[in-house]
Amino acid sequence: MGFETLIGAFGEVFAPGNLILMFVGVTAGLIAGSIPGFTITMAVVLTLPFTFGLSPVEGLSTMIGVFVGGLSGGLMSGMLTGIPGTPSSVATVFDGFPLVRKGRPGLALGLGVWSSFLGGIISAVILVMLAPQLARIGLEFGPWDFFSLVLFALTITASLSGENLTKGIIAGLLGLTIATIGSDEVNGVARFNFGTDILQNELKFLPVLVGLFAFSQLLSDVRSRDKARRPLMESSAKAVRVEHLAAVKIILRHWVNLVRSACIGVFTGILPAAGGSISNILAYDQAKKASKAPEEFGKGSPEGIIAPEASNNATAGGALITMMALGIPGDIVTAVMLGALLIHNVQPSPTFITDNPQLAYGIFVAFFLAHFIMIVMQAFCLRAFLMIVRMPMYFLASVILLYCAIGVFALDNSVFNIWVLFVFGILGYIMKTLGFPLAPIILGVVLGHIAEVNLSRAVGTSDDLTLFLTRPWSLFFLIVALFSAAFPWYQRNVGKKQWTLFYVPLASLALSLPLIMMGGVVRPGIGCLLIAYALYKLYRRHQSGWALEER
Amino acid sequence: MTRVNRDVVVALVLLLFCGVFFWESFNIRLTDFGQMNSAVWPRAVLAALTLASLIYLAQALRGNFKAEAEDAERAEGAPKEPGLMAWLASYRNAFYCYGLFLLFLLTLPFFGMLIGGILFVFCALTLLGSMELRLVPIHAAVAVGTVGAMWAIFTFGLRVFLPEGVLISFN
Repeated sequence: MGFETLIGAFGEVFAPGNLILMFVGVTAGLIAGSIPGFTITMAVVLTLPFTFGLSPVEGLSTMIGVFVGGLSGGLMSGMLTGIPGTPSSVATVFDGFPLVRKGRPGLALGLGVWSSFLGGIISAVILVMLAPQLARIGLEFGPWDFFSLVLFALTITASLSGENLTKGIIAGLLGLTIATIGSDEVNGVARFNFGTDILQNELKFLPVLVGLFAFSQLLSDVRSRDKARRPLMESSAKAVRVEHLAAVKIILRHWVNLVRSACIGVFTGILPAAGGSISNILAYDQAKKASKAPEEFGKGSPEGIIAPEASNNATAGGALITMMALGIPGDIVTAVMLGALLIHNVQPSPTFITDNPQLAYGIFVAFFLAHFIMIVMQAFCLRAFLMIVRMPMYFLASVILLYCAIGVFALDNSVFNIWVLFVFGILGYIMKTLGFPLAPIILGVVLGHIAEVNLSRAVGTSDDLTLFLTRPWSLFFLIVALFSAAFPWYQRNVGKKQWTLFYVPLASLALSLPLIMMGGVVRPGIGCLLIAYALYKLYRRHQSGWALEER
Repeated sequence: MTRVNRDVVVALVLLLFCGVFFWESFNIRLTDFGQMNSAVWPRAVLAALTLASLIYLAQALRGNFKAEAEDAERAEGAPKEPGLMAWLASYRNAFYCYGLFLLFLLTLPFFGMLIGGILFVFCALTLLGSMELRLVPIHAAVAVGTVGAMWAIFTFGLRVFLPEGVLISFN
């Protein structure tokens, strides 16, 4: 059955129409990713309206193409001009730009492109292997566990998406509040309509998302009058010939760095909210620490290009794992993809892979294919990128603002959606200006319904609220949520305050409890290993006289 | 208005928002379908939001956001002089965009998406860019080309019938 499904998925993904869509998607992603200020999320959000009339496989293949293209596109501007196209290619600039300055732009681009490709392929392999396994674990979840998982996703999103945890939490809670406006999904009762008819139905996710994210982002880009009128880049970058063979040889020589960075990328992608912007810095840092020539970093070291580019593309695979296995968006891009699935009446949940095998395998195949298309299209996009960056930002902003309106109208032919876009555009811009992160509010809107439905199911099944603490997976997620909420304080005080010495051992001990409660052999075994690790850490700290760690 | 004051005001607005929504939550119809009541979840979320807003207020009063305030003052486009007029001027482009978008929405039933869209893009380009005469044909060409292309893709390619307005009808 699996093989037949795979053949069927290949047939759908390799259909001529779908191939054209993927080529267009990857190209659009590469160009969007290379334009500073124009994020990958924005590109994926703007792609969504075009997928309404497509089949689920076609729609998701196109969006995956944009996603993969966007992750790889950032390196072009970063290397040639020193300005990263997206936050996920910030670390690429550290060594990419110096290598270009040394007169090796072809090699720098080759290293970036092939590291992106190989990192993406490694993450695709992990995605294919891990997603079905994780989905099998997901099948063990009851409504209590799902509710706690959503709580964890929101907490970690709030704690990772900004410097201020309070603002992150407020943003997440505002997202949950927005999700309660309109008709209640469980009982069908109207809520917070303030006596008007227009708010009888629930607010559609897409206009809220486009308003909060794309609208506010565009207006931030044109806030400064001078910046809006300047060309996107004033650099005199020139198209170069990419040195493919030399780049591949160097990458294969540093295969450990490549695999390690890809794994960092996948793991970061699995965590909600921790996307490519974090993974590329983490991978760069680890590559520098593990390198035999750390002094070369920052001067054009190939290792410094391989690490961030392999990790940022691998992040996409990680985010898809969470989305496909648990039905929970890992970041805003996968939140949009979940929205696309819902539009096509596909319910994201742990049973997604078993219920929709052809679509799931289609996503796997499309993810692989997008990386091959990216390699082919990179050289062409380099020329397009050099043309587009001569355009001022206000041209892009004016046109895209209207595209946003057309896109949300197309959702269900409703002008009300454009009003929602407008209102949430204002709200998003105000929040962004006041320093509130937007990722938690968007994930709050998406996760709010999942949280409420599962809480209602849990309460409907049993009055016993202690089940949230006695069911192992629920307890596991609550503990992780607690420690992830405390993580910003830990990070701020590590090396300064004594209590930080207990944070990691305490987290390990606490997490061992639900793992032991799960029964079987493997999970209690992992629990025992965590206890041993915690005791070892405490012993070492006791031996060092509880001295603070140097950072 | 300093940044610290601004955060206090924001916290108070959030608390007011929570109060209004709490009050409105008492208008939610109570059901007896054996499921959780429809008002329980929103009230739980609002309670958490109120608590978080109180913490935010306390932090704002203690001046926890001074570093952020300094960053905001250094940001490109931030007002260079104190005063309300300078502050409003620093958000001029945002006001233009929202004002034009509101006009576009209000006139949508009359102009429709094609003409309304072209007018919106043209006006936005002219206001955000500069009102030089030599740029007018460029802005007009960009507006007609981009909006026309997108309108054609949605109307003929994706079979989405965008609002026509009373000025031009294609049916």
